[in-house]
Amino acid sequence: MNVSLCGIGLDNPVIPASGTFGYGWEFAQWYDINLLGTFSTKGTTREARFGNPTPRIAECTAGMINAVGLQNPGVRAVIDEELPRLRACFHKPVMANISGFSVEEYAELAALLGAEEQIGWLEVNVSCPNVHGGGMSFGTSPAAAAAVTRAVRAATAKPILIKLSPNVTDVTEIARACEAAGADGISLINTLLGMRIDLRTRRPVIANRMGGFSGPAVFPVALRMVYQTARAVKIPVVGMGGVTTAEDVIEMMLAGAAAVEVGAANLVNPCACRDIIESLPAAMEKYRIQSLEEIIGGCE
Amino acid sequence: MTQGIYTILENRPLTASVRLMRLGGDTAAITRPGQFVNIRLEGRFLRRPISVCDWRDGEITLVYKVVGAGTAQMAAMRDGTLDLLVGLGNGYDTADAGEAPLLIGGGVGVPPLYGLARRLIDAGRRVSVILGFNTAAEIFYEKEFAALGAAVTVATADGSAGVRGFVTDAMKRTAPYTYFYTCGPEPMLRAVYAAAASEGQFSFEERMGCGFGACMGCSCRTVTGYKRICREGPVLRKEEILWEK
Repeated sequence: MNVSLCGIGLDNPVIPASGTFGYGWEFAQWYDINLLGTFSTKGTTREARFGNPTPRIAECTAGMINAVGLQNPGVRAVIDEELPRLRACFHKPVMANISGFSVEEYAELAALLGAEEQIGWLEVNVSCPNVHGGGMSFGTSPAAAAAVTRAVRAATAKPILIKLSPNVTDVTEIARACEAAGADGISLINTLLGMRIDLRTRRPVIANRMGGFSGPAVFPVALRMVYQTARAVKIPVVGMGGVTTAEDVIEMMLAGAAAVEVGAANLVNPCACRDIIESLPAAMEKYRIQSLEEIIGGCE
Repeated sequence: MTQGIYTILENRPLTASVRLMRLGGDTAAITRPGQFVNIRLEGRFLRRPISVCDWRDGEITLVYKVVGAGTAQMAAMRDGTLDLLVGLGNGYDTADAGEAPLLIGGGVGVPPLYGLARRLIDAGRRVSVILGFNTAAEIFYEKEFAALGAAVTVATADGSAGVRGFVTDAMKRTAPYTYFYTCGPEPMLRAVYAAAASEGQFSFEERMGCGFGACMGCSCRTVTGYKRICREGPVLRKEEILWEK
């Protein structure tokens, strides 16, 4: 089941996605998180953020909308408190997810977290749809996404993955711009911008009105974008969006994903990633897969 | 916190919209009254958080109100099993109760106070309970609290039973109390906060994603920093509450 991601080996391709797994250590009470390939931390910003007002969550058919708004304790507290706590229960390189409101903030975060021994990769969120004037604008323009990539590239020698938004006309154009600017990999998709209205109050369910839609419902959209992106760039693509089962992992890899992130499923079943990893061998046998690495991009 | 499969032992109406469900299964993860379970329902993506009314070894009692599609689905279940996350949230701390604690519940906020009352009475406390409802037809658990040995006062907004008015009207007439515990709709909690003559603990409600601290969907600001209603809550102490909006 082992794969390689930007030069770092993973025991398996399963990675809990940012924002659904905290800073990891809290999940250690559910299962041994060393089973994971790695995980992506809660999106971290320079300053501590409370995020958006509540309600922040709305249910949908086969999914959910969230407008958490990048709540996190800020990069200092992550380095001083979260990473030491994690060290006690996770012994593999970690993917640090960062988000900024300026190119300079991205570079500063990459330098600070990239210097931490525990951090294997930086996942650069240029696509979070929840923050006004923030991530969204970088991820929707090839030039802005490239500017962030260049700044992060200059700030760290660690592998950098640019996490892209699906809320664009042509995601491959942005992926190519990031590749040209020095990205080591692309991860996608972030959530799709969505909305629900409460019929009783005739007001949006979410206080922020709109939020990011995720869950099994978005899987076909995510798969399509992973497929397109993997054919457009030479660097590895990490696929995510609605992945819930071992079969979904295999399908994502056939579409071109070098590794697969699992998001909303963790919020419904805290042991979702463990369950997926445990059922991968049987699924591989069923579809006559000797090695997961060999099936990456295997779909014509 | 654990995940487990629980068997439905009973699921019956208490009023037109409030029902009692008894579930069989492992209760070792429940450590305090005021904690909750998060229930997976067929065809619904997110789990449904429901407070624990009471528990004993191998058995959980939930008292829930049918308000939406998820709870309607629960109401229709006759038997079978449910996938639950159990032992969620901090729950009430009984150590602060003093000799004569007052429990104040409104509507579907009443259930978690029952398990609390039972434990306080077992610990030798003199427990008084105020139960607030809109109207007489919506009253439930009045007899159950009395059977525990609590002094029960009912208040109804329309005066059709007990004290006419809100729980705060009943609070004016109640005997002196050493401490209070409350659960109910937010306007009631605000009124109790303003009317209370002692320190106390409040149980809050918020729309949740996961219910176990992962998604940050239910965060609130408090005097002592940001807290997740599902993890560092749902119970907050009076002195740490920051009312917003």
